[in-house]
Amino acid sequence: MAYIIQGETGDWEVVIGLEVHAQVISHSKLFSGAATEFGAEPNTQVSFVDAGFPGMLPVINEVCVAQAVKTGLGLKARINLTSVFARKNYFYADLPQGYQISQFDKPIVGEGEVILDLPDGSTRTVGIERLHLEQDAGKSIHDMHPSKSFIDLNRSGVALMEIVSKPDLRSPEEAGLYLTKLRSILRYLETCDGNMQEGSMRCDANVSVRPVGSTELRTRCEIKNVNSIRYVQQAIEFEARRHIDVYETGGTISQETRLFDSIKVETRSMRSKEQAHDYRYFPDPDLLPLVIAQDFVDGIKAGLPELPDAKKTRFMAEYGLNAYDAGVLVAERISAEFFETVAKGRDAKIACNWVMGDFFAALNATGKTMENPPVSAKDLGALIDLIGDGTLSGRLAKDVFALMVETGKAPGVLVEEKGLKQVTDTGAIEAAVDAVIAANPDKVQQVKDGKTTLLGWFVGQVMKATQGKANPAMVNEMLSKKVLG
Amino acid sequence: MSLDKATVRNIANLARIEIRDEDLDHLAGELSNIMTFVEQLSEVNTDGIEPMTSVAAMTLPLRKDVITDGGQPEAVLLNAPEAEDGFFTVPKVVE
Repeated sequence: MAYIIQGETGDWEVVIGLEVHAQVISHSKLFSGAATEFGAEPNTQVSFVDAGFPGMLPVINEVCVAQAVKTGLGLKARINLTSVFARKNYFYADLPQGYQISQFDKPIVGEGEVILDLPDGSTRTVGIERLHLEQDAGKSIHDMHPSKSFIDLNRSGVALMEIVSKPDLRSPEEAGLYLTKLRSILRYLETCDGNMQEGSMRCDANVSVRPVGSTELRTRCEIKNVNSIRYVQQAIEFEARRHIDVYETGGTISQETRLFDSIKVETRSMRSKEQAHDYRYFPDPDLLPLVIAQDFVDGIKAGLPELPDAKKTRFMAEYGLNAYDAGVLVAERISAEFFETVAKGRDAKIACNWVMGDFFAALNATGKTMENPPVSAKDLGALIDLIGDGTLSGRLAKDVFALMVETGKAPGVLVEEKGLKQVTDTGAIEAAVDAVIAANPDKVQQVKDGKTTLLGWFVGQVMKATQGKANPAMVNEMLSKKVLG
Repeated sequence: MSLDKATVRNIANLARIEIRDEDLDHLAGELSNIMTFVEQLSEVNTDGIEPMTSVAAMTLPLRKDVITDGGQPEAVLLNAPEAEDGFFTVPKVVE
């Protein structure tokens, strides 16, 4: 669905490119042996390299290189066997070196793609421009003192992958889908944990607008460091509207860096960054070009896990799931594994309905996570088996499921304890049916006179009399026989 | 190549070097001379020649991903002009 913004002068569309900073999963930093773990005491994970002390030399971490290559392969991107580190020069309180070691004209990963799963089940391909390795900066804390900022360099030097999309996104919704999918791929690859709250995945959005039908690229503004998918969407929506208002009142947009205020839901110019675009990049004289062997790349490729797109295709083919269900189940590797455990040797459609329905509802309601689910995959599978072998009706199974969530017990145990076993004993069901028929001669006559819809009412009465335990199929059959003769 | 005063002022500002207005002319001349000197290199035809990154044929050595450093906040903060509670402190920088 095209996202069109109505202006005073006509219809506009928005052009969006996203730059995602994804923190690489590694034990130590990109160029030093200091630890990367989140939440340590200030400045306890800092080497002299990270603090920018004179004479210290960077030495690159091989795992960070491997993680970047792995991510590139996951994005179906070209891997550059030779890449070059460059200095990006600027001054800021959290950047002790006075420059960030990054990659400029020769990044480690070139063009690739991310496939968006649209809500209607269709897909759309978004181009990746590049992925490069760079150092993170330190962290500034502004609320600890009235006139000072506090600087913690624990994050300084941690490896980041900057993943730059092409300006292929056309709506806030697509931007959200792109981030969701990219996050899913990174988590499958285990190259970034994708945690936006802790800042291990951050997003800059480049936004411009143009009249519908035009192919020009107008001046863009960059909204920095937005830390949730919803905020990215709100920031784009606000910024697009701002551009249109400026153009329609005869103004011009100048290229600038802006920040998003999530409380006022608006973007504002960052005056301190006015000159920030003059970074004077040059190759870092402390670092030789990074050269990796094709064998190294092939080795990583051979060890890639099945990624969300491939898994989704397989779930549709192997289990007969629709695109939407398959997309939801594969979004997280752990949900996909949960589903496959439940579905193994069982009817996949029934397994899917239970996981997507009652299970996800219970997950939300209990506030639990997939790592510690309210019901294990094994127990959910056992419950489905109890329906399959006639022990439980669908109706009873829902009750047992609720008890499983509540007690954590296995379904077999609960069925025994609560005496919930479905009654398939013909004699017992017949007695209940006869009793209901005997008590309602007038309704029996109505059915005989042609009002067959009343049979449903009889089924309900029998089920009630047996506390829901009678096998509904047997009840139906017996009632039809006895009432209609 | 000659640099004008505005360019010199901009370069100084980017490098956070304070320069008095009366020094700009002199510095513009000096920097222009340096640029002209270096520009002689462009007289050499380098078509089809790979850039040389080192006199020794070396590639970047890689390090194992192990924690070998850190745990020395006192040393890191030792020369800080100002520190408090284990943090560096600087004049407030906030947008």
